[in-house]
Amino acid sequence: MATLALNESAGGATLALAGRLDAYSVGALWREARAALGAHPGAPVTVDCSGVDYCDGAGVGLLLELLRQPRAAGADVRIEGLAERFRRLLDQFDPKSFAAAAPAAPRVSLVERVGIAGERIWTDLRGLVAFLGEATAALFHALRHPRMLRWRDILYVAEEAGVNALPIVLLIGFLMGVILAFQSAIAMKQFGAEIFVANLLSLSILRELGPLMTAILLAGRSGAAFAAEIGTMKVNQEIDALTTMGLDPVKFLVVTRVLAATAMTVPLVVFSDLIGLVGGALVMLTFEIPIATYYKQAMSFATLGDFTGGLAKAAVFGVLIAGIGCLRGLQTETGASAVGIAATSAVVSGIILIVFVDGVFAVVYYYLGI
Amino acid sequence: MTPAAPQDAVIRVENLKTGFGDFIVHENVSFEVRRGEVFAILGGSGCGKTVLLKHMIGLYRPLAGRVLIAGEDIAAAEGERRLAILRRLGVMYQLGALFGNMTLAENIRLPLEEYTDLPDEAMDLIAETKLRLVNLGGAGHLTPSEISGGMMKRAAIARALALDPEIVFLDEPAGGLDPITSAELDELVLRLSDSLGITFVVITHELPSIFAIADRCIMLDKRVRGIIAEGRPADLRDHSPDPRVRQFFNRAASAPAAAA
Ligand SMILES: Nc1ncnc2c1ncn2[C@@H]1O[C@H](COP(=O)(O)OP(=O)(O)O)[C@@H](O)[C@H]1O
Ligand SMILES: [Mg+2]
Repeated sequence: MATLALNESAGGATLALAGRLDAYSVGALWREARAALGAHPGAPVTVDCSGVDYCDGAGVGLLLELLRQPRAAGADVRIEGLAERFRRLLDQFDPKSFAAAAPAAPRVSLVERVGIAGERIWTDLRGLVAFLGEATAALFHALRHPRMLRWRDILYVAEEAGVNALPIVLLIGFLMGVILAFQSAIAMKQFGAEIFVANLLSLSILRELGPLMTAILLAGRSGAAFAAEIGTMKVNQEIDALTTMGLDPVKFLVVTRVLAATAMTVPLVVFSDLIGLVGGALVMLTFEIPIATYYKQAMSFATLGDFTGGLAKAAVFGVLIAGIGCLRGLQTETGASAVGIAATSAVVSGIILIVFVDGVFAVVYYYLGI
Repeated sequence: MTPAAPQDAVIRVENLKTGFGDFIVHENVSFEVRRGEVFAILGGSGCGKTVLLKHMIGLYRPLAGRVLIAGEDIAAAEGERRLAILRRLGVMYQLGALFGNMTLAENIRLPLEEYTDLPDEAMDLIAETKLRLVNLGGAGHLTPSEISGGMMKRAAIARALALDPEIVFLDEPAGGLDPITSAELDELVLRLSDSLGITFVVITHELPSIFAIADRCIMLDKRVRGIIAEGRPADLRDHSPDPRVRQFFNRAASAPAAAA
């Protein structure tokens, strides 16, 4: 342990340090030593280190702290009695070259921050559009030259993003059908109109909820995974390696993922639609509506257009989710936390895009009369 | 030099056997590192230097044998006791392993923040002194992604020295450094070892550096899965019976016999 003693005399003051000066002991002395120095602004202060038997980097830090303080003329701080081997460590540094205190970071006003945020959103949108163009070009190129595609990668992504997502898609789809049927049947029962639950279910699931829920699940599972994978490759300079091999990262990484994810979204939505309707049918049984009746009612109401319209929407969602996941991955900055940020941003912007595009589809379908 | 008394051995490696699954890297490796010395681990690429180091700092469990740090078995120690051993160690990993979401100064401050009660300005000052020791003065505000590979190595060394631990492990500190920086690093190691008695365990290939700083060294070999030479570098260069060892120290491309 280290100790500190202050002796005042007519000609100045003596600060006696003793014991072991290391990172664990110096903390307790730091403030006290500074205060002792500050109490004698006009007189020379001698720091007597003859009692110091160990002084490592932290001890040297304390001595530098005392030496670097701006002092009046004739009120210098002197270190005395420090053993030669520790003196060498201290002499590596020029105390006055350490600025006394680092200036605080300049404050940014609200207006500036709004401007910066706006600028960031604008560049992000521009990047999105540029990426969309690049990816579309690469996609069409790939579709015209299917032999050049890396089919093994595509199948791998299809398994990971599609087949392995099936259980959770089935679970959520089933739950959605059950809950929707149950809640609406209770209300409709008051009017004796339980049978129309079949209309409600078939329309809302086929047109909206099936594609939407599947897309959101896909954004959470695969969008995040794509961003993290590609982001880690970016951090490890693997993207640079691809580029210098003459392989375009967009063609190499993005096209495979977008193709596979889009191809898998459509069948996933089919499964989600079916299991949702089945869930509804099971609930209706408890309201004494036989499955055959439910089936006939649903079929007579929903059209094929509702079903295929939903699937078309799902395909577009698939492109968007995979695309934004890859884009966020490619935009990853460096460091481990950047990968986390990329994955988060992939999910958030994926879901925002889904909601936005779903609205666009609603308007377009309305005018087309689908 | 008289043979060291047992209490002088700050690290003892006893009959160490290491490997991954069926793949054995070391078999029956024993040696000791004495307090205050600079100890070099040499050997060809892939012969298991890093794996040996990771066993010495307790990251991996040995398949057999043990590693004693100041008399304590590091693989067997748990909880507080393990923490107490780890606090005596500072490690610089081969690839730096700096935390990417922190600046260099924050990387160095981290152990100070976690283990000491130093005030803020003290930690800033100490971090800056550590950075200057490795010629990175004023670079504390940069993040690892903004610096070169050599700077990353030096910052990692500065972080390993943050608490001036008793034992410092450096995995290829000179790799990727220019000769001048590398020589300055050698001086730093010698200065810290003389002044503070810090023990250094250094993995290195740099011959000038080995002769400049290492008190003793061991040389590992892949085929033997263990040590083929142990001693003072100059002795090994001049008197080793093993041609592989003399070849390494004399930097011959082929066996000395083949040289004209
Ligand atoms: N985590 C690991 N799993 C399996 N094998 C490993 C692992 N780490 C290292 N190895 C193998 O151990 C051997 C020694 O590696 P290493 O100690 O890193 O070599 P070097 O002497 O160049 O530092 C190599 O053959 C390497 O493939
Ligand atoms: Mg290595």
